[in-house]
Amino acid sequence: MGIVTRGFGGRRQLEAASLPPGQHLTDGFPVLTAGPTQYVDTGDWSLTVTTETGEKQSWSWADLMAMSIEDIEVDIHCVTRWSKLATRWRGVPVDAFFEKVESAADYVMAHSYGGYTTNLPLEDLLDRRAWVAFEYDDGPLPAEHGGPVRLLVPHLYFWKSAKWLNGFTMMTGDEPGFWEGFGYHNYGDPWREERYDGD
Amino acid sequence: MTELAASGTRPRTKLTDQRPRWLPARLVGLRSETSTARTLTFEIAGWPGHRAGQHVDVRLTAADGYSAQRAYSISAPSDGVRVSITVQRVRGGEVSPYLVEDMELGDQLEVRGPIGGWFVWTPSAKAPVEQPVLLVGGGSGVVPLMAMVRERIRLDSGAPFRLVYSVRDAASVIYAGELAQRAADEGILVELLYTREAPEGTLRPAGRVTHADLATPADAGWAHRPAPRAYVCGPTAFVEHVIGSLRDLGYSDHSIRAERFGPSGD
Amino acid sequence: MTERATSHTLDGNAAAGLFTEIFGIDVSAVSVTCGECKGSAAFAEQSAFVAGPGTVLRCRGCDHVLARVVETPREVWLDVSGSASWRFPLPDSKAVDSQQPGQ
Repeated sequence: MGIVTRGFGGRRQLEAASLPPGQHLTDGFPVLTAGPTQYVDTGDWSLTVTTETGEKQSWSWADLMAMSIEDIEVDIHCVTRWSKLATRWRGVPVDAFFEKVESAADYVMAHSYGGYTTNLPLEDLLDRRAWVAFEYDDGPLPAEHGGPVRLLVPHLYFWKSAKWLNGFTMMTGDEPGFWEGFGYHNYGDPWREERYDGD
Repeated sequence: MTELAASGTRPRTKLTDQRPRWLPARLVGLRSETSTARTLTFEIAGWPGHRAGQHVDVRLTAADGYSAQRAYSISAPSDGVRVSITVQRVRGGEVSPYLVEDMELGDQLEVRGPIGGWFVWTPSAKAPVEQPVLLVGGGSGVVPLMAMVRERIRLDSGAPFRLVYSVRDAASVIYAGELAQRAADEGILVELLYTREAPEGTLRPAGRVTHADLATPADAGWAHRPAPRAYVCGPTAFVEHVIGSLRDLGYSDHSIRAERFGPSGD
Repeated sequence: MTERATSHTLDGNAAAGLFTEIFGIDVSAVSVTCGECKGSAAFAEQSAFVAGPGTVLRCRGCDHVLARVVETPREVWLDVSGSASWRFPLPDSKAVDSQQPGQ
């Protein structure tokens, strides 16, 4: 670091004791993206779970709306160092999408419209640790934040919470997604500050 | 060159090292352009000079190490170690409010540049007849175009320039005074288009830029000259719209250069 | 692409500083050919996404990832696997020929 710019503080507040290391609070909701915003009508949207043997199960928007929806309030942490506490969403626990799936796989690749991918151990998606979310802050999830439907995995850095979610592919062996194979940590636990490959 | 070259082996052509580095920059000048935009002039030791149309990356670091970067167009021709940028404050932005409202003379930040060899204008020195230049700017997209206008004047170039500048209303016009002056200079046409509210007495009603606005006026004096080159700069949607119109008017793709700012220059 | 779809998209000018620092030569005017659709355009005219965990350059024609960069505290990662080719315009050849030995 060289020059410090007097008086520059960004949009940040004082750090709270409950933040993971190296994080700071933001009052906005920054839009980070690796590609153009995807615009998918709910009428066209679907989520497909594909097992390691190629078997598929799909859900439409209507199917999603008929599932057991819950209110969610969680803290989220971005690898670029901003955090937001007590963010409010509505969605369905990912558990519900794997209930009737027969698989011996331990890993999952989450897929987005537009081609983004991110990998997670299956267990990090189950036991109410993750949701398929479609509302944010009492309104429909905006496209720039991943709407109509995104993955929400608050216990990991937010690049794992794939926007514009359209599928889960089960994998017997772990494989890196878009950022995991390119500088970023394979797992991404904010509390152990696992930001980059090699951390 | 080595003896190999002298003996007839083709010399290795060198890609000149143009690697820009982060340099400390001290604020030495401020000028308010509108109620939400101002020009900042920095002194940057070691600045190699720049061409009209180029930009810089600006990096601000807070005391705790947090840093943010943005790109800003240089607003004036090369002037020794002095580099000026004009910043439009974006509501809710992270960097622009600091630059437009908080930064004071003597404060420092870091600058990397100059960047960009594509969106630049230099006079076509060898051409017997100078190529006309159409500059189309939307909002703060006028900044690099103004650097080109100022360069043309500084070099006393004979290239015919036409600036079409689209803004919301009269209060949003950056460089208003200077543009009014330039409009009186021979060889430089300046046309302001208002999209939301046109000042009283303006002939053209408020509205988005159209083919008619972009078509070369018959009295521009551009006949019998090479086909014009166009530079388009501003928010992405504006740029895409203008490029579409220019293609309809017969501009070839390689005669159009563009720089897209996105919806906000945050 | 519709106006709505592209309104947040910057162009390669926004990524030029970072890539120029890595390559040591201005990249704005480099002609990048897409590995997917084989379309070509100047680096400066491609689509760029700079507000993310990394910087991504995408083909203006088909959105295919042409190149990306990640900066970590220890390394800089560069990926150009999505590009079929990069063509760097050389400096004026006249200037090169006129260089004297030893310059």
